[in-house]
Amino acid sequence: MDLKTSYMGLELRNPLVASASPLSEDVANIKRLEDAGAAAVVMFSLFEEQIRYEEEAMTHLTSYGAESFGEALSYFPEVEDFQFGAEQYLDLIRRARDAVDIPVIASLNGLTNEGWIDYAKRMEEAGASAIELNVFYIPANIETTGREVEERYVEILRRVKGAVAIPVALKLSPFFSAFGNMARRLDEAGADALVLFNRFYQPDFDIDRLEVSLSLGLSEPSEIRLPLTWIALLHGRVRASLAATRGVHSATEIIKYVMAGADAVMTTSALLKNGISYAGRLLHDVEEWMEARGYASIEQMKGSMSEQNVADPTAFKRGNYIRILEQYKSAYMA
Amino acid sequence: MTAKRVTLDGNEAAASIAYRTNEVCVIYPITPSSPMGEHADQWASEGRENVWGCVPAVVEMQSEAGAAGAVHGSLQTGALSTTFTASQGLLLMIPNMYKIAGELTATVFHVAARSLAAQALSIFGDHSDVMATRSTGWAMLASSSVQEAHDLALIAQASSLESRLPFIHFFDGFRTSHEINKLDFLSDEDIRAMIPDPLVIAHRGRGLTPDRPVMRGSAQNPDVYFQARETVNPFYTQAPEIVQNVMERFADLTGRRYRLFDYFGDPEAERVVVLMGSGVETLRETVEHLNTRGDSVGVMQVRLYRPFSPSQFLKAVPDTVKAVAVLDRTKEPGATGEPLYQDVVAAFSEKRANGSLLGDSIPRVIGGRYGLSSKEFTPAMAKAVLDELAREQPKNHFTVGIRDDLSDTSLEYDPDFDVESEHTVRAVFYGLGADGTVGANKNSIKIIGEDDNIFAQGYFVYDSKKSGSRTVSHLRFGPQPIRSPYLIRSANFVACHQFGFLERPDMLSHAADGATLLLNSPHQADSVWDQLPCAAQKTIIDKQIRLFIIDAYRVARENGMGTRINTVMQTCFFAISGVLPRDEAIAKIKEAVQKTYGNKGEDVVRRNFEAIDQTLENLHQVVVASTVTSDRGVPEIVPATAPQFVRDVTAMMMAGRGDELPTSRLPEDGTYPTGTTRWEKRRISMFAPIWEPDICIQCGNCGFVCPHSVIRTKLFNQSQLDSAPTGFRSAPLSGRGFPDTRYTLQVYAEDCTGCALCVEVCPASSKEKSGFRAINMAPLEPVLDEVREGLQYFESIPDNDRSRIDFSTVRGVQYLTPLFEFSGACAGCGETPYLKLISQLFGDRMIVANATGCSSIYGGNLPTTPWSMNSEGRGPAWSNSLFEDNAEFGLGFRLTADAHRALAKKLLLKLQGELGSELVNALLQSPQQEESQIREQRVRVSALKSKLETLDSDDARRLLSLSNQFVRRSVWIVGGDGWAYDIGYGGLDHVLASGRDVNVLVLDTEVYSNTGGQMSKATPLAAVAKFATSGKPIAKKDLALQAISYGNIYVARVAMGANPQQTLLALREAEAYPGPSLILAYSHCIAHGINMQHGLRQQKLAVDSGHWPLVRYNPTLREKGSNPFLLDSQPPRVALKKYAYNEIRYRMLTRTHPREAERLMALAQENLQVKWRVYEEMATRGDPSFHFTREE
Repeated sequence: MDLKTSYMGLELRNPLVASASPLSEDVANIKRLEDAGAAAVVMFSLFEEQIRYEEEAMTHLTSYGAESFGEALSYFPEVEDFQFGAEQYLDLIRRARDAVDIPVIASLNGLTNEGWIDYAKRMEEAGASAIELNVFYIPANIETTGREVEERYVEILRRVKGAVAIPVALKLSPFFSAFGNMARRLDEAGADALVLFNRFYQPDFDIDRLEVSLSLGLSEPSEIRLPLTWIALLHGRVRASLAATRGVHSATEIIKYVMAGADAVMTTSALLKNGISYAGRLLHDVEEWMEARGYASIEQMKGSMSEQNVADPTAFKRGNYIRILEQYKSAYMA
Repeated sequence: MTAKRVTLDGNEAAASIAYRTNEVCVIYPITPSSPMGEHADQWASEGRENVWGCVPAVVEMQSEAGAAGAVHGSLQTGALSTTFTASQGLLLMIPNMYKIAGELTATVFHVAARSLAAQALSIFGDHSDVMATRSTGWAMLASSSVQEAHDLALIAQASSLESRLPFIHFFDGFRTSHEINKLDFLSDEDIRAMIPDPLVIAHRGRGLTPDRPVMRGSAQNPDVYFQARETVNPFYTQAPEIVQNVMERFADLTGRRYRLFDYFGDPEAERVVVLMGSGVETLRETVEHLNTRGDSVGVMQVRLYRPFSPSQFLKAVPDTVKAVAVLDRTKEPGATGEPLYQDVVAAFSEKRANGSLLGDSIPRVIGGRYGLSSKEFTPAMAKAVLDELAREQPKNHFTVGIRDDLSDTSLEYDPDFDVESEHTVRAVFYGLGADGTVGANKNSIKIIGEDDNIFAQGYFVYDSKKSGSRTVSHLRFGPQPIRSPYLIRSANFVACHQFGFLERPDMLSHAADGATLLLNSPHQADSVWDQLPCAAQKTIIDKQIRLFIIDAYRVARENGMGTRINTVMQTCFFAISGVLPRDEAIAKIKEAVQKTYGNKGEDVVRRNFEAIDQTLENLHQVVVASTVTSDRGVPEIVPATAPQFVRDVTAMMMAGRGDELPTSRLPEDGTYPTGTTRWEKRRISMFAPIWEPDICIQCGNCGFVCPHSVIRTKLFNQSQLDSAPTGFRSAPLSGRGFPDTRYTLQVYAEDCTGCALCVEVCPASSKEKSGFRAINMAPLEPVLDEVREGLQYFESIPDNDRSRIDFSTVRGVQYLTPLFEFSGACAGCGETPYLKLISQLFGDRMIVANATGCSSIYGGNLPTTPWSMNSEGRGPAWSNSLFEDNAEFGLGFRLTADAHRALAKKLLLKLQGELGSELVNALLQSPQQEESQIREQRVRVSALKSKLETLDSDDARRLLSLSNQFVRRSVWIVGGDGWAYDIGYGGLDHVLASGRDVNVLVLDTEVYSNTGGQMSKATPLAAVAKFATSGKPIAKKDLALQAISYGNIYVARVAMGANPQQTLLALREAEAYPGPSLILAYSHCIAHGINMQHGLRQQKLAVDSGHWPLVRYNPTLREKGSNPFLLDSQPPRVALKKYAYNEIRYRMLTRTHPREAERLMALAQENLQVKWRVYEEMATRGDPSFHFTREE
């Protein structure tokens, strides 16, 4: 069975990619992901804001109370070389590249223009096979227009593309008025891949403590619907590779995504829930399913259910809505 | 070859030599010598090698006694070994010092000389400590400047190896140890040239080895001890010549020539002052100045004080001398004179006795004391001494620098006498500790010091308060090397980094005529003038001061730097002062910022750069008006209602005028009134908590945790509301049965430090606005008048009746008046809430023995102290003995109480006939467990006293003097982990084992907080501390389990932030337990590297993670047949790192040694689980297993 696929110019041995998660914080785990069958690893995101915050916190807290009281002019040993998040991240890339043969994709969540460019360059220098830009951005300012938000994405992409030679993917949220056009613009701006979709850390409320709480649960298989739709719609219409992420818990979701046209399928939740070795199980099940149905390769299956290839393309648009209503009627109103 | 020039402080200058010339550095932190050990530790952790290519072993011990023992051991086995110490630390080394000298062992101890604790502790500099060691047989070499601290460190090392005498190399604590100055740096090659290998090999060869077995340290008998003691004489005879020869070699190498006794001044002087240490520099300046005016005076610097060479001394004295004044920076009460004076007198008289001097040619010699505890020693004082020598009948045994109206020892001096060179730029900066002023100034000195043609000096005066502390930086720059080891009295540049400081009387007093004043002002250039206090306006006009302003807080804030205005103010200094060309200076500041913050992140650097650029745009010169327009006076230091002592004495110290207090005003035995912080409204926070009575559930949590006792509650009758001022807040008392009672919570807002722990702990929220609690921080200024009025009314409400309060709940305790209030501890301190709590519970019958450390500083450092008294005049009596002996000291309190009570009981029974058996029995049988019982006992004692006063017998008078002992006395032994786990551990262990009724409260911050974050045995595994830069590899000592092993000690581990009720319960049980009790109290600390506002949250996480399991071991339960071990917290339920990595002390390691951090954290997690299992097993053990006699 030929599971090979090409994702933004990277030759992958199969479409299963471990997406950004705490699993990639450790080289040993990255190695285990490779051993379990993952075709590539997206590292956890380097958050520029977090690095800045940590730098500030470290500066503030190590100097707090210093030079104020004659008996204690400082409270911590003087340390010459601190390794902040960035250095450790880059070091991890280096070590991961040495440890595994599969592509190691760095993930970057920038804050400032300089941050996006500078960190992307340093990731490339550290040996990242590609960079995934994790544009996590909530336009909370109600003066910001949709156009401005879109421009921001395009601008970030352009800058990073201008700074590095390795492939650059963009992980996106679905919250654009016209996502298809947005994808097109990013494609034209040089995106090597679009990763659909980002899961936001959405706040929750603790009603006993009257506090806003931050948490992110694992994804559910039902969450594949939105990415599935857009991958099916975009397949064949953009030059960029497409990666699906969200809701992959079994071979079924992988197969669906590939059929929609995904070049790579990413998962984290399933591995966090079932352990790293579960990747092997997923691939085995995909292979078994394909064998049972006589598929010879992933390429053969890729895009078979995309908008361009399905018998009734309207199913991806208004039709989907109609069909659900019809089903609803037939099930309960007969 | 030209020597490299660097700017260093004295500690680093000395440590740099010590480190490079030794193989072993064993240390224990003590101010002001701690930085020497810290530098050594840092260099070792960086892998720096000594001149022989080895990284010295740097080891922190449990005490200076331990350090001396370890040094003795490493010396005896042939390693080049050293230590750094001061004051009480040096005293603890004395026993070993006799041994080391007796065995003719080469070593140098570097001492930042400091006062000894007598009537009070002082961290400041004088020679009391080194003088206390002069009989040990050690050679003593005194440095007078930062350059000398560097050079003589090497000369001492070389001389010691050659002479085989151990050396104390000392320099003045703070004045030299902490002064930054420019010096010629000795290279490794210089050091190698000074210390020939054969000397090192010979030292090594004298070490003990089984290959050449010998024994040393025998016990000798009357037959030989005496003779053996005399065998060392030749070594002492030769030593001065050896030292001088080493100095000559040093001069050949470096061009800097030193002599055992160096004379400066007119070669034909008639008047000469003899002294050692930094004061020499002052005298040299003064002598030079006076001689240019035609005087004929001189100064003799003593460098080698021991062995004292009379012949060398006399040789150095000009033959023309008629009068000599010997200045000692120490006091030896009862002696015929201070030590150096006696040596000089002896030198002259021995010479006369030998017949080498004729009677008439002997100069008159007088002695005097100066500069104790870093008391300023200025050219004016030096001149006074020289003037005194010119008198016909000069005063002997004088003092200079103080006004002694008690014994009339002091010399008058003209404070306006000044010798400063007009070419020297003299700048004084008034800042807050928190705003980074000192750091920026140290930086400026380094920047300026890089210019080969400019010399620089910096000295920094710190506050005795740890929160809201003020710093004063004294910087000098000039074309000539700068000596002047005294504060600037006439500054041509004054920077005031806080607008409010202008209200201090001393702010502009040291500004020279025509000086420049740089003011951080929230007001604009066109409006600031009218905002200045009247006195400031007047001074500015009179002295023709040029005024510049900048709104530094705005510039800092706009560049994301919060309240760190250091870079902004530093830029202004360079822009205005003209010390360096402006552009060059700006470029260098940026360079320095890159160097300082580069390792901490690019963003921090960028923000600083932006702030620097914006500073110049925001710096404005103010057109000074020609007339005074303000009528704003400077507020009174203390109100007229304060007690007389506070008004006359304390207020002077508070105003920064303590130097003016004459001896007659000060208590002669160190006894001071308590409760003086209440007179000092420091208003250090711009924010204070505001109470919302409608939301409040009256739980008492906020007051419970307030580290500064600024939140108080009272109950009062509804009817009293009529006289309350408008805006006075109160609410009906929640709870049934008190319909007419109102509840009020008062914030002592001007005493608040703004830590916001109260807000963090408040459980009540507004239903309409999430996040708005029953207590919230708000700007103080707009509500200040209302708050003051409310406070005045609050204080008029009578205190709550203690006998009616429920002591067993947090809710009840809020009504007890704290007798520990408004301390100078850090904002949000984790220790003080515990002290406040015990003062509320037991304060009126409590006596406190306090180990030296943070708690003795915020608890006992003048001018104002927090231990207080109640409206009846009762409250904690407090004392600090030493660091190492606190448990023993407190045991002494108990022994007195027990002895006096026993005697009182005996007398009471003897007088039973006269007193009536009912009263006698009641007095002796009262259980005094509940507060109501204690109140009843007080009534009985009062009745007893009344009766005794009517009896005319010796027994009655004796009993009267003891009758207060019938009220159960609560003895508290308080200290930090440095004391309990390390230096005082042996004593603590012994006191716990004594079975006596003492209560030990260990305020466990898990690190030496007061001396700046050195590792203790309480420091947890995986945490970073000084001397554990790579993370502490060993787990924290379990002091609780050790104490529990005795079986009869009440032990508790508490954390107020995790379970305040358990804390309260444990403290009450401990106090009630009639034997020894030990309470280990988790105390969050700025040395943990946390936002102190989250201190309580961290306490909870410490417990939830299992790092700090809450336990109680109550022997009374065992007596009742139950399991005495109670585990009061849940099994670990969050990962240790969830707790630990909120703190810089742990997180730092993940950024310096990530893999090691991971390894140690895993180890710590594992260790914690194992410990938990032990606890769990103990808690679930069958009751009989805790009994001495088990019935199977």
